[in-house]
Amino acid sequence: MSEFLTQFSRSLPSVWQGVSVTLQATVLSALLALVLAFVLGFMSRSDQLLVRGLSRVVVEFLRGTSLYVQLFWLFFALPILGFKLEPLACAVVAFGLNYGAYGSEVVRGALNAVPQAQWEAAVALNLSPWQRMRRVILPQAWVQMIPPFNNLLIQLLKSTPLLSLITISDLTFQMDQLRSTTGNTAAAYVTLLVIYFVLAYALTLLMNALEAVAKARLGQGSGLRHVLKPPSAGITDPDGRAARAGGV
Amino acid sequence: MWDWNTAREGLPVVLHGFGITLLATVLGSVVAMVLGLLIAVLRRAPTRWVTVPVRIVVEFVRSTPVMIQLFAVWVLVPGLDPLTIGIAVLGIHYAMYTSEVYRAGIDAVPQGQWEAAVALSLPRGRVWRAVILPQAVRKVVPALGNYVISMFKETPFLSVITVQEMVHEANEYGSVHFAYLEAFTLAAAIFLVASYPTSMLMRRLEKRLAQ
Repeated sequence: MSEFLTQFSRSLPSVWQGVSVTLQATVLSALLALVLAFVLGFMSRSDQLLVRGLSRVVVEFLRGTSLYVQLFWLFFALPILGFKLEPLACAVVAFGLNYGAYGSEVVRGALNAVPQAQWEAAVALNLSPWQRMRRVILPQAWVQMIPPFNNLLIQLLKSTPLLSLITISDLTFQMDQLRSTTGNTAAAYVTLLVIYFVLAYALTLLMNALEAVAKARLGQGSGLRHVLKPPSAGITDPDGRAARAGGV
Repeated sequence: MWDWNTAREGLPVVLHGFGITLLATVLGSVVAMVLGLLIAVLRRAPTRWVTVPVRIVVEFVRSTPVMIQLFAVWVLVPGLDPLTIGIAVLGIHYAMYTSEVYRAGIDAVPQGQWEAAVALSLPRGRVWRAVILPQAVRKVVPALGNYVISMFKETPFLSVITVQEMVHEANEYGSVHFAYLEAFTLAAAIFLVASYPTSMLMRRLEKRLAQ
């Protein structure tokens, strides 16, 4: 064990390198997913049947075909069709599309959960559609979106060991190197799990802070003071169904 | 480019793997359903000596990648075949989620039901079996079903510990015949065809139970 720790501290730079690759992939994918979630989420509320239908088809396709297969398809099959993406780009596209589809259900649910009276009041005040969305609806919907988004973000982080399967030197790859140099499998895997746990917890705290700020803007809660509470419930909800039903 | 003949020849191989995928999903779900219920009940235990450790385990397992868990158990527990390990790890991982689902269901049972059970001086075991759980579980069936679908789509992770499920077979067929395009497209199509109707079914069930 002490030998493992010596070796671990010696290879800290490469472990850190792995953490930064993992986090980089997570953040880039999450950004792509966020954009896609809003695009598909708004499309699903369109007046046009065609736009709604298109969003439905895209969402069901992306959710139904398994992230693992999508990633491998982009990495192995797409080059055969003549498009070769960098491994990291494959991962970001696959994660971003898949989690974006799940996220769009969260966006849709949260928009639907804003009480009808708020829309009517915004119309009565003669706000333009843009002002209505920007000033009235989104600030309220955003608060509803954050907890389910947090769950998706943690799931996204938990998917990142897939990076190591498509030749990316992520955290999992670096720890696997450490495992083979030290021969201490148990210590290496336990360390790896603990690092992932810490990363997940840090992301949850960040999202809690975001939620507190968003709530404070609505005049609810007390801002950042209670961020260090345990993670909020609602993790039971892979597709943000609770948000759709109007609250957890 | 896409070749229909290759696809036609690959289909039986991929479908053969699909059998293992289904088996892992069904057995993994059984583990997740039973263990999840047990954990949910334990989290209602009267002493912190039970509830706190259970909560820590749930948080830890739920926040760490299932792929690493699979690797760890595979390497550290010798003498078990990969499929058994895969089913156990996937089932345990998802039990952490289903326990939260059950917990929400249990919390939603009105306080009066507990009080009535106490007033009738039912033993604790019967309170759970005859009063609380029948009401709690009914409401959460669609949520549980959605986790089964999620688990189904995560079974390809089992291929990292050499389980010959669908994506493993597709990968192998793809590399031998240099037919990744056909192989992975077939796998994706099969996932879609199997999971979409099931998720529609859950949505219907959800609506019906909500009435």
